[in-house]
Amino acid sequence: MARARTSSTQVEPNGAGMAAILAAGIGCAALGIFDFLGDAFASVGRFFSFYAPVGTLSGVTDSAILVWLLSWFVLAKRWSGRNVVLGHCFLAFALLLVGVLFTFPPFIDLLQGK
Amino acid sequence: MEISWRDLLTVLHGMGFGALFMMAFSGAIGELYEAWSASPRTTLDPRGQKMLRLYLTGMVVIAWLTVLSGTYIIYPWYRALPPAGTTDLSAFPRSLLLSSPHTSGWHNVGMEWKENVAWMAPIVMTMVAYVYWKYGRGINKHPDMRRAVLVFTAVAFIATGIAGGFGVFLNKNAPVRGGATIQLMQGE
Repeated sequence: MARARTSSTQVEPNGAGMAAILAAGIGCAALGIFDFLGDAFASVGRFFSFYAPVGTLSGVTDSAILVWLLSWFVLAKRWSGRNVVLGHCFLAFALLLVGVLFTFPPFIDLLQGK
Repeated sequence: MEISWRDLLTVLHGMGFGALFMMAFSGAIGELYEAWSASPRTTLDPRGQKMLRLYLTGMVVIAWLTVLSGTYIIYPWYRALPPAGTTDLSAFPRSLLLSSPHTSGWHNVGMEWKENVAWMAPIVMTMVAYVYWKYGRGINKHPDMRRAVLVFTAVAFIATGIAGGFGVFLNKNAPVRGGATIQLMQGE
């Protein structure tokens, strides 16, 4: 993972911002993937039922938020005060797309052969 | 003129929080684009930048209130299972929708998508507000990062539109009703 310390004191390094962007992408992808897993596997669905009145949705969203915040914390710790390669933007877009696709019911039905 | 307690909270979730959040996007996208454009027509003064920071922070609060109220207050009423032998499903919206092939898609596609995709909006808008607080106009030095934030904001807007649009149609086909009756006005 290429990264370099900033050479200019006038330009705020992009690391903190990129950490927030990539973490948001990771959180959205986690949301979609957890939704898919909860839908595809009954045992996973039961595991994600953290709060019975809400069912699987409670665990899917709580877990995705946990993944998002943890990944943000870790990335920010690693990248703050540094400039990181902008390829992470494309990774963040890809993860966002994964999140959107995996929350779209016809797509996850297709994956499950329904 | 009466409404039920559940009507009131559903309106608070959908109109009070959700619609307000949706409308706020037009201001946020325009302001962010202008503030972060390579050659802005006007330069935001410190007060303007502070206002935009507060505006985005307000959006974040409303976004979280929308999804939390929807998931933990409205959704349990929506998905409640009717007791065995119940023939009138009007108090059980999910079961009512699934009882007919003409309406089941509203749940199987509409609610199933809405309940998850909506959560992307607060995650993304929290990131957007953070980046603006952190960089302000300085993000112009990082054009790719600026573009990424604007794309994420647009996707959050679309996700909110999906959730809000399906929310309206779901509530038209199977309204969440019940609880104490609130009399708003005496009829003639």
